[in-house]
Amino acid sequence: MDKNDDKSAFKAAFSASVPVLLGYITIGIAFGLLLVKSGQPWWLAPVMSVVVYAGAAQFMGVGLLASGMGIAQIALLTLVINARHMVYGLSLLDRYSASKRWKAYLIFALTDETYGILTTVEPPTDASSDRARESFYAAVSALDQLYWVIGSALGALVGGLLPFDARGIEFALTALFIVLLVEQMRAVRRAPPYIVATIATGGALLLVGPANFLVVAILASILGILPFRKALS
Amino acid sequence: MSVYVIASILAMAAVTLFCRAAPFLFFMKSRPPPVVDFLQIYIPPMIMTVLVLGSYKAISFAKAPYGLPEIVSGLAVASLHLWKRNTLLSILGGTALYMILIRVM
Repeated sequence: MDKNDDKSAFKAAFSASVPVLLGYITIGIAFGLLLVKSGQPWWLAPVMSVVVYAGAAQFMGVGLLASGMGIAQIALLTLVINARHMVYGLSLLDRYSASKRWKAYLIFALTDETYGILTTVEPPTDASSDRARESFYAAVSALDQLYWVIGSALGALVGGLLPFDARGIEFALTALFIVLLVEQMRAVRRAPPYIVATIATGGALLLVGPANFLVVAILASILGILPFRKALS
Repeated sequence: MSVYVIASILAMAAVTLFCRAAPFLFFMKSRPPPVVDFLQIYIPPMIMTVLVLGSYKAISFAKAPYGLPEIVSGLAVASLHLWKRNTLLSILGGTALYMILIRVM
């Protein structure tokens, strides 16, 4: 029965992860290509995607490595770019609390897209045990990383030779976020979170600009929703 | 391949992992305060709102095609999803439309 649970969890995870497949392969290819063009050996692309596994930080890293920036500064910039992940974990404390076998990996592999799927898509109903739930989370996380690693290796090895004009396919990730937002709107039918987040994003873009707005927008959203705590409960 | 590159990548990996693990380490022993229960419900819809709006940040609305491919395709994704509620159809349909629009507009 355990095996069957794992199997149905994996199937559900694969169909939930297909949008990420499209996005991560293509954006991974762009990353691999960029890294090789900056003068690094091809294998560094998949190695970074295995050990760092953070898209925005990896793109930033290409430029920082090429410019020879100090390691302390690289660490600081990575902190600024990835600080939003602290908030993601905060809203997954309960969801991951029953996890045992895969918890460390689930935490390591928490990207924007994986977070979106895991907080929005319900695991298959015939797999409601904690174990099956965890298998679903782990399978989504691992498949997403696999797509990213394959994409970056492909881009580094053959990115310059691709004959197919895939320009625009990266819109799949925007589309994924839109779908997840629609699903959130079905689940959380209260106006304040959407209004607060919209104002926070607009304010952050105006104040700190598009390069670093994300962490400011998310922190401002959290501060902004706190006054609504009574009204929303 | 230098020690510098390897050390930089390890630093990036360590900082990234720290960001992802911090809340779990922080609340390993103690039960999170009630406000965290409140936030666990409302953080996901706020993050999705921020990520969707953030996807549109690089568009120049002032010059042709005025962000129209992104806006039209985004609306198509949302409408398709409200109508059929089939995630793959919404994403593939919207992405295909976007790939066509950026070539013809």
